Amino acid sequence: MERLPRWADVALVPFVSLMLAAFVAALVLLAIGQDPWEAITVMVQGSLMTANGWGYTLYYTTSFIFTGLAVTVAFHAGLFNIGGEGQALLGGLGVAMVCLFIPWPHWSLALIGAATGAALFGAAWAAIPAYLQAKRGSHIVITTIMFNYIGGSLMTFLLVDVLRPQGKMDPATAEFPAATHLPSLADMPGLNLFFTRDVPANVTLFIALAAAVAVWALLWRTRLGYQIRAFGKSEAAARYAGINATKIIMVAMLISGGLAGLMAINNVMGDAERLLGNSASGAGFIGIAVALMGRNHPIGIVLAALLFGFLYQGGAELGMWTSIPIEMRIVVQGLVILFTGALDVMVRMLLVRIFALFPKAPRAEAA
Amino acid sequence: MDYSTLLQILDSTVRLATPLLLACLAGLFSERAGIFDIGLEGKMLAGAMASGAVSALVAASVAWTVWGVDITWLRNLMPPMMWGLVAGVLAALVFALIHGVTSITFRGNQLISGVALNFLAAGMTVLVAQRLFQQGSRTPALDGNARFQPIDLPFADAVKDVPVIGSAYAEVISGHSILVYAAFAVVPLSWWVLNRTRFGLRLRAVGENPAAVDTAGVSVVRLRYQAVLITGVLCGIAGVYMSTALQAGFGKDMTAGRGYIALAALIFAKWRPVQAMWACLLFGFFQALSFRPDVVEAVVQVKVPVPFLTALPYILTVFVLAGFIGKAIPPRAGGQPYVKER
Repeated sequence: MERLPRWADVALVPFVSLMLAAFVAALVLLAIGQDPWEAITVMVQGSLMTANGWGYTLYYTTSFIFTGLAVTVAFHAGLFNIGGEGQALLGGLGVAMVCLFIPWPHWSLALIGAATGAALFGAAWAAIPAYLQAKRGSHIVITTIMFNYIGGSLMTFLLVDVLRPQGKMDPATAEFPAATHLPSLADMPGLNLFFTRDVPANVTLFIALAAAVAVWALLWRTRLGYQIRAFGKSEAAARYAGINATKIIMVAMLISGGLAGLMAINNVMGDAERLLGNSASGAGFIGIAVALMGRNHPIGIVLAALLFGFLYQGGAELGMWTSIPIEMRIVVQGLVILFTGALDVMVRMLLVRIFALFPKAPRAEAA
Repeated sequence: MDYSTLLQILDSTVRLATPLLLACLAGLFSERAGIFDIGLEGKMLAGAMASGAVSALVAASVAWTVWGVDITWLRNLMPPMMWGLVAGVLAALVFALIHGVTSITFRGNQLISGVALNFLAAGMTVLVAQRLFQQGSRTPALDGNARFQPIDLPFADAVKDVPVIGSAYAEVISGHSILVYAAFAVVPLSWWVLNRTRFGLRLRAVGENPAAVDTAGVSVVRLRYQAVLITGVLCGIAGVYMSTALQAGFGKDMTAGRGYIALAALIFAKWRPVQAMWACLLFGFFQALSFRPDVVEAVVQVKVPVPFLTALPYILTVFVLAGFIGKAIPPRAGGQPYVKER
């Protein structure tokens, strides 16, 4: 198959995939007797046209940046980590432990402590599948799926039987102490001119952006990152070059799990301020779509996370103001994964055909 | 625990194992042909919704007319539940076909395709059910011939007073819907197809070494499509069973991870049909136990948390994957798209 120009590879392929997904989503809406134009209007109005809407959009974006980066780091090592959901759940447990059992004097210290706890717990939940992949050859996809379910059961058990305060009915921990309250974007000087009411988006957004920069630096500017990418491109070649396969699998998965776990400082510490059941609420899975859409590059992931933040907040608005069920956003999520991930080759074939229709400059090196 | 409680639990074991078994055998055909399918869950869900909806619609309809021509005879050809069965299988086939097109024709990543189709099914089933019935994404409750009703096997009534064996026959083996017996009949059938027919031999070969099959002049693409479609049919029946036999109608996300448990059972059984049946019965038994924590507590004398019982199939599968209970070796060409050499 002929190569596409680089700009088409970087920008056009994801754009066309996205358009195809949007087109099918519009067909779905028409099929259930809804007006796609009205739907997109409601979504834009509710997520991008008001400060409050942005507050939610950026809140979701923050979570999706973390889970998207988590999937990406593993992807670069040739590993498909579907366990982001479970790792984010466990990250929530880490946050809850740190916030509930350590008396913090100030939110900034609590944030450092909670982030450490979240990353450690998330990484720990990725460690067993990683070890089994590295040492015993168990397929990481299956083990991480299993660990999502085991993690869900573990959290149910802990919330119902262990962490639930006496006399409370709902399966959740006690409220975190006030000192661990993270400032939302509305509490920040400068930003509070735009966000006049309290919004769920909080200081974690900046940590997510910093994490994106850190992942970029790790993957493209360090020896370890080079080893991870080399291992992902060709395991055999990497082994031959003396790269320790066990180490790369373990390190990549621990970083991946840690990033997924970090998501919990956004939703558990920044928003709910106590640990609830199913705290990750699907964000771990959205990381897959975000990573695919973002072409496994931190810049792409931040943009894709923003897109999914818009879809999530917009989808919630649809559920509130129209008769379109909120599950429409799961359909869109599935379509984006299908077109950007699984049907990548189809989109490329299509574009190669189209490019072949316009032979511009004669290229000597082609073919 | 007395004998009758045991029989009750075994009875629900059979009922809960059935959808696992159908989905597990579905996955068996696909994966033996070299197509990984983590989209069993989505296909079951699609089948469950379509059959729940169509059974309800057919049962509620009185006369069918197309352009003024009365075609009610068509409706009366079969009872509503059978229309539901057809619809459920067709819906699952659509999803199977998408998986086939992405992973066979366009050589896409089979795992990603499966993940995508699971989300698509989870969302679409709610959208369609809500559009058709406006009952909070449920389909109407089914009864009468809109459901697969339990059937009593011969002599069940006569022997139910015979101690031990008779009551076990009447409680555990008799009194299930036809789909349960069909599911267990698929086990030897699958074994026979895979091990004793030319099609089965080729199917297994295509999962181990597609290039060899291609060299022998057999179409890899065609075989893999056949396998994926068989997967669709079996997953569809699993879904139909969920909404028209195990329960009376479709509810949002009603398969609740059974597709993944089936996947776990498939690995536990090391991709073999008879072992798959035992694995599904074991996992069904765990599910049955998780509904009866009181019994578990009485037997082991320790309070066992329900979430632990729910998680047991997954924990066991991890142990199997880790190679502690024999080594599970997947079909060698699994997950890799086949590119013909040129």
